[in-house]
Amino acid sequence: MEVDSVFYTDRSGRATSNPLLDQLPSYQSLLYRRKSASTKRRSSSRTRLSSSGSGKWGMNTVIRHEEKQRSEMQERPVKELPKTMAEKRQDKVQRLEQDLELSQWRQWRQSTRRTLRRLREDAQEWLSSLQLWRGDIHLIEGMFGTGILSYFSFLRFLVMLNLVIFLLMFSFVILPIIIAPYASGNVTYNLDDGSVCSVYPSSARRGLVIFHEHITDLLSGGGFLEQTYLFYGYYKVDSIQFPKVTYNLPLAYLLVTVAYLFLSLIWIVKRSATGFKRNLVQDEDRFQSFCNKIFAGWDFCITNENAARLKRSSLLYELKTDLEEERIKRKIAGRTRKEKCRIYVIRLILNIFVIAALAACFYSIYRATVFSQKAQMKKENFIVDLIYEYLPSIVITLANFITPLLFSVIINYEDYSPAFEIRFTLMRCVFMRLTSIGVLLFSLWSQITKCKEEPCVCGYNHVLYSCWETRVGQEMYKLTIFDFIIIAAVTIFVEFPRKLIVNHCDCGLAKWWGQQEFAIPQNVLEIVYGQTICWIGTFYCPLLPAICTIKYFFIFYIKKVSLINNCRPATRPFRASSSNFFFLGVLLIGLTLACLPVAVSVGQIQCSQACGPFVNYTTSWEVLPRTVSQLPTGVRRFLFALSSEAFAVSFFVITCLAMFYVIALAGAHKRVINQLREQLAMEGRDKRFLIQKLCQAQRQSAIRSPGSASKSPTRASRGSSSYHTSFANNYTEGVFLAHSPPDSSTHV
Amino acid sequence: MGTTASQLGKDLLSEYQELTFLTKQEILLAHKRFTELLSKEDKALPNPRIPMQSILTLPELKSNPFRKRICHVFSTSDMKDGSLTFEDFLDLLSAFSDSATLEIKSHYAFRIFDFDDDGTLDVGDLEKLVNCLTGETDDTRLTPDEMRQLINNILEESDIDKDGTVNLSEFQHVISRSPDFVSSFKIVL
Repeated sequence: MEVDSVFYTDRSGRATSNPLLDQLPSYQSLLYRRKSASTKRRSSSRTRLSSSGSGKWGMNTVIRHEEKQRSEMQERPVKELPKTMAEKRQDKVQRLEQDLELSQWRQWRQSTRRTLRRLREDAQEWLSSLQLWRGDIHLIEGMFGTGILSYFSFLRFLVMLNLVIFLLMFSFVILPIIIAPYASGNVTYNLDDGSVCSVYPSSARRGLVIFHEHITDLLSGGGFLEQTYLFYGYYKVDSIQFPKVTYNLPLAYLLVTVAYLFLSLIWIVKRSATGFKRNLVQDEDRFQSFCNKIFAGWDFCITNENAARLKRSSLLYELKTDLEEERIKRKIAGRTRKEKCRIYVIRLILNIFVIAALAACFYSIYRATVFSQKAQMKKENFIVDLIYEYLPSIVITLANFITPLLFSVIINYEDYSPAFEIRFTLMRCVFMRLTSIGVLLFSLWSQITKCKEEPCVCGYNHVLYSCWETRVGQEMYKLTIFDFIIIAAVTIFVEFPRKLIVNHCDCGLAKWWGQQEFAIPQNVLEIVYGQTICWIGTFYCPLLPAICTIKYFFIFYIKKVSLINNCRPATRPFRASSSNFFFLGVLLIGLTLACLPVAVSVGQIQCSQACGPFVNYTTSWEVLPRTVSQLPTGVRRFLFALSSEAFAVSFFVITCLAMFYVIALAGAHKRVINQLREQLAMEGRDKRFLIQKLCQAQRQSAIRSPGSASKSPTRASRGSSSYHTSFANNYTEGVFLAHSPPDSSTHV
Repeated sequence: MGTTASQLGKDLLSEYQELTFLTKQEILLAHKRFTELLSKEDKALPNPRIPMQSILTLPELKSNPFRKRICHVFSTSDMKDGSLTFEDFLDLLSAFSDSATLEIKSHYAFRIFDFDDDGTLDVGDLEKLVNCLTGETDDTRLTPDEMRQLINNILEESDIDKDGTVNLSEFQHVISRSPDFVSSFKIVL
């Protein structure tokens, strides 16, 4: 501000004495103000313009500066200049005139560049108009802001991901089988060698099929669905002989599995890379968390009056909690040893309780799975069968409904800071959701490998699970379907009536209950859970990605309708930046969790001998070594070298070295940043010192020249008084300055 | 200018496309919305202005706490009344469009937040800004103590040269590291 007062003095006459000042960086920020101020001056007080040379000086520097700017901005398109339309048009005309002076060749080059740019923009526009749900996402963004938008674009990402996985599966596994007869291919099926292991009793219903049995089949994946492209067991193809090539289906099946997991990994990492970078920067030095909230706090997209009110209160809430958090941090720092001990004991006890609750949930999932697997063997009636079939899904859903409530109560007693509370509860929920799938798989696995007489003849229980992969696939299929049903049902039967009650009932209870909040973390967790199931299940149920694509497609519309009609945005806001990272982080955890069971089953468990493409192999992984051994020696040797320990160790060492280098680089950068920052502060101090000197010099020269003696003391004293940086002082100064332009006009 | 015609001329349209970040559809939509706001007698004028009061009735601006500042910043009117011509309106939409650069956005954000138009964000501006964000009524305001703590924090984070105010280059520096800014500084027509 003190700089300002000096500049104001400049304009009123003595500017020529300090050409140094327009080299100051802060001068930059004054540029536009000078322009607007000069128009103001022209309209309000013409006397000032004519009285002194100030106007001319001002315009001169503006022009000079513009020239300087123009040379740097020559290359940039006109639209990137922060100017009004008329000025931009002028600029454009000027550029065109300048172009006329150029040689023909350069003119031609510039015009082609311009047309190319236009073409590219048009193409981009056309491409983006093809994007899925562009209009819907636009609408949501407009109504509820960017936090909720990120949830929907995440959903779109999952639809695309599943579609690509499905296309991969379809084109490499299913398509060859379908086109084999048409392309005069010869399909070799795996032969039944007549051993006990290769007996696969058909589960298709015989005789009269009642209608509701079809529904049971559809929901459970059994019956007529079991022997279709849907499940692993149907792909009992060893190889397809096309006229020229032999297609090794087992190999393709395995490679596609590896490929889709890798593809998901790369896609997610690529998407999260930007968010991750930002998150690292932010976490490092809590730099500008407040600035981010204030300067980027308002979501200009919001048009809904209600949403705006909510945004306001959430901002207030956020600011208050952040300030509160600062105070709490100070309080924590000042805790006595006794208090610390008390809190740690409480946290320990509560954590043990949480673990016990989780263990109880996991045990009940285990019991439910075992029971459901046994109960599926004997059929009773329609409804009971269905409940038995879906028992694990029901238990998992229930556990996932109850535990978050429990966690949110428990966290209150643990005395963490508010931000950490939310993150910690969320982490517990993520853990619960994703491990419950793990537990389900573990219990299935223990059932599959448990035989009456140890050890199992076929490596798995061939009596009950003649084709265990299909059984796992059915289980995943059921989980997916049930998840979808639950999401749809909650929207229709819980959220909608709730909204009706809250809207049409004035009693206190309903008001207190309020409308359903659209809590982003929970919703994201829900779909990540679905995606994890999809990743696990794709190996056993190759069409599951297609089902998931359709499922997410519908969920998008369900959620959109529910958001617009039933819900209100959460009071606790969720920022777009942190949310993107959070979504993909949770998704990555899900992917890791999905890789684990697939890897174990591919590499460790003996694949079933009665069905599927891997009948001739002990484990699915064996396809790979066997194929490699058939390759020419050169390639084989190369592949062996790649998989040898020597290569692995050296690769590991090199990766470590690279990592250390990057870490060291980051440290060095951080130090440089700190130094630069200190330097900047120092320069600022220098600048103020110089300005103070300048003011003194001005005062002295003013005393010498009697004409301006009357006004200069006030100026100089203002300039020096504002040197104090205490805020109260600055505040009055700010008010003062706000009125200073008319003030200065009276001086001249 | 021809902006009063129900349809924009083709040349003008392509010129606007070149001078703003808007696409053809967006410009046409903006034109449609603009002419809807014009009163009958204004339509006859060669280059009509819409007074701020009717601009503020746009649903996109209605619930925005900075709506008046936005009008003032983008207005080229000599009267300083915040009225907008069609080209000012396009400038506004261009700065708030999806594809505008960070520099443009931060420049205009700075001007919007600079309530007293003095070229720096000082304590008074920041206070007004915070009040705009949280709401103007007494019960939604921060207490003076909280406000002081908050502004101290903001200045500590952003005021690099420690002169007690935030100038444009400091602001742009802060904004360039703010992850949410580009996604939130947007108006979708």
